[in-house]
Amino acid sequence: MQFHWHMPANAALHGAALDGQMRLNLAIFAALCVLAQALLVAGILLRRGPQPLGHKRWRLEYVPIAAFTALFFALAWHSERLWAAMRYGGADPAAMQVEAIGMQFAWYFRYPGKDAAFGSTNLRLVAPGEGNPAGIDPADERGRDDFVRSALVLPAGREVDLRLRALDVIHGFSIPALRIKQNALPGQVFHIHFTPSIPGEYSILCTQVCGLGHYRMQAVVRVLPAAEFDTWVREQRP
Amino acid sequence: MNRETQSAATASTLSDARHLVGTVVRPRWREHQRIGLGYLGIALFALGIGAFLSLLMRVHRVLPALSLPFLGVSRPEDYLAWVTMHGTLMVFFVLTVAPLSGFANLVLPEQLGSRTMALPLVNKVALWLTALALLVLLAAFFVPGGIPIGGWSAYPPLSVLPDAGPGQATGMDLWLLSLAIFCIASTLGAVNLVVTVIRCRCAGMTYERMPLTVWSWLVTSLLTVLAFSVLLAALVMLFCDRHLGTAFFVPSLTWVSGAVQQRVGGGSPLLWLHLFWFFGHPEVYIAILPGMGLVTMLLGTFARRRIIGYRLMIGTTWLIGVLGLLVWGHHMFVAGLNPFAGTAFEVSTMAIALPSTAKVLNWLVILWRSRPKMQTPMLWALGFVSIFVTGGLTGPILAQPALDSYLHNTFFVVGHFHLIMAMAALFGIFAGVAYWFPLMTGRMLSERLGRWHFWWTVFFAYNTFFPMLLTGLSGEPRHYAQLDGLAGVAGALVRSTLPLERHITASAILLATGQLLWVANVIRSWRRGQPATPNSWLSTTMEWAPQDTDLICHRAPCEYGLPSQPADHRAVFADTDESGAPFLPQWATEPTAE
Ligand SMILES: [Cu+2]
Repeated sequence: MQFHWHMPANAALHGAALDGQMRLNLAIFAALCVLAQALLVAGILLRRGPQPLGHKRWRLEYVPIAAFTALFFALAWHSERLWAAMRYGGADPAAMQVEAIGMQFAWYFRYPGKDAAFGSTNLRLVAPGEGNPAGIDPADERGRDDFVRSALVLPAGREVDLRLRALDVIHGFSIPALRIKQNALPGQVFHIHFTPSIPGEYSILCTQVCGLGHYRMQAVVRVLPAAEFDTWVREQRP
Repeated sequence: MNRETQSAATASTLSDARHLVGTVVRPRWREHQRIGLGYLGIALFALGIGAFLSLLMRVHRVLPALSLPFLGVSRPEDYLAWVTMHGTLMVFFVLTVAPLSGFANLVLPEQLGSRTMALPLVNKVALWLTALALLVLLAAFFVPGGIPIGGWSAYPPLSVLPDAGPGQATGMDLWLLSLAIFCIASTLGAVNLVVTVIRCRCAGMTYERMPLTVWSWLVTSLLTVLAFSVLLAALVMLFCDRHLGTAFFVPSLTWVSGAVQQRVGGGSPLLWLHLFWFFGHPEVYIAILPGMGLVTMLLGTFARRRIIGYRLMIGTTWLIGVLGLLVWGHHMFVAGLNPFAGTAFEVSTMAIALPSTAKVLNWLVILWRSRPKMQTPMLWALGFVSIFVTGGLTGPILAQPALDSYLHNTFFVVGHFHLIMAMAALFGIFAGVAYWFPLMTGRMLSERLGRWHFWWTVFFAYNTFFPMLLTGLSGEPRHYAQLDGLAGVAGALVRSTLPLERHITASAILLATGQLLWVANVIRSWRRGQPATPNSWLSTTMEWAPQDTDLICHRAPCEYGLPSQPADHRAVFADTDESGAPFLPQWATEPTAE
């Protein structure tokens, strides 16, 4: 197995801009690090000179501090535009609905079925052994066609509106290749949205320590070409 | 003449005599100095255990099936227990105890020209409570279920529900009790330090003349009072959730291990995250600020240069302290905050990078063409600067929520904070020990052993923690008990880090082994090291003044040559004996006209 020191290949629409920002940051800070270490070593090794005088402080300290202020401001500005695009707005109303449910130590994924609406759930009905890990309430009409899978299947090129929740403790829902990460909390529902762009199989990891099985709380996301995905959905039964 | 001055005078006469004939009189330790040594002892003990646990973790990550003597084959919950105990010991009992409580008790009153602390009884109680807190924490090794497994940040509901995992029952209660005692102890200790700085300065010790060590201890103490009181409140609330059926941090319904648990009302784990990180972020500045203060003083002392921009250094210390209270949300970018909060905390976090940058620039300016005396305290100070720069520059990357949504809880974060708050802070501790060792023991540490220890440590510290930035970039998450043998694409992603992981483990073992050099040096030198001269490093601060008369402070620290004098290399270093004085100490025994 070859180790890549960089991120796994990006497979999401927003990922290219994020990767660009990451590369820019790494380049700038690596260069600054080398520069600072070089100045440190040079300062020690060069022949002793006169003590830097007070009036030079403008040049030696305040000008660089102003430059750093501008640099941090520019980086923050750029990355805030990214963050705003990722999170400030909600998903498109036409986005595909899917729910991810975290529990010690597995992920389950619920699809709303033909009616495109999730049925209500109740923690008292949760029974992974009996095929109801999501706790779907059979009394709710909308839940009759919901189906739950242990792998996440998504279409390429269509926005996904992901509902995130947890049954027991905090879990971290992370798909490195799709550049998304969000904690799942018991008692709360969070939404994140993103668009997978490249078909393939990618890993889903738990990134918030959740108990002794944290390291094996993993799943797979299969991003399919749109047509293949439509076929897959049609074949699914509750 | 009272008894103390009398005996101090005797000691001083003897110390003059020992200078002539080379015999050593052990300095008489004052009450607060014995307390400082007690704190350093606690920190050293905790450091030993914490480092040992980290080696167990490192070995388990690369050889999960290995059967260890006495321990057998480790289970995943053992790994997480070690993680929790390692973090708790290091953050609280090493990085809070040694740089603040330990060193401030050793020399803070003397640096102010005082001989006692303002509140000696409070100070003593704080030490004993700290020791008690450590014992309570270590007791968790021996109770059913063992140590809690949720990490040092103890996120609920994992930390509330005993059924959520082994160690979450009695072990978790002991953890809570230990930290509650620790909160009280550090608050008491910090109150004493604040009052001492305000009330016990000698004549002429204006605020502007206080050494930067004193300034950083003052700001750190104020942070301690604010941060630890919030943590104490949070710990009490967590205790109520565990035993009194309240619901501060857990929703009304949870489904754990096949059973539904219900409580009246419904809280949110997010509240704990807010309270914990409101404490937790100032805590990392509590660990690093004393090191920054000491390093600045050491650079001035060993470069024989005044610290230009002294007020700027005081100001940046305050700024780091104040802004440190406003950045806690950057631990929570993916925790479920409103996205606008992500923006706000990015701005405050980027802002705190500026005073830190100003400090680094100041250090580089002090050092520029300085040809400093490369004695071991200076080596550690330079190592601190190097490691702080490397680790610190990864900070602004993590401050950006867009990038953090990839990097959060990966090894990139682990590498980042181990470089800064673990290694840089540890370098600060080694610098302090090397610098004040002759003052406290009357003997010098071996320079030769010290140099070996420094270069060994700096080399393997980089080799241990820098590669973590790379495995983190590749996506490796934290807190994974096992990297091998996991199925599917996720297993492949995690497994791909193993070659670098092995390198990290080997480096960590060598890093830890090298510390034996330091232990040997301290033990040997304390018993029969070279006798120290009274002002061993030609320092200007007042703990190095003769302690037999009343002292007056009459200038700022680190006055090595006046600005009008050309600081020619030879002129500065040719006669730095007791006789010649290119340096001007802060103290004088009687007022002089300036
Ligand atoms: Cu999990």
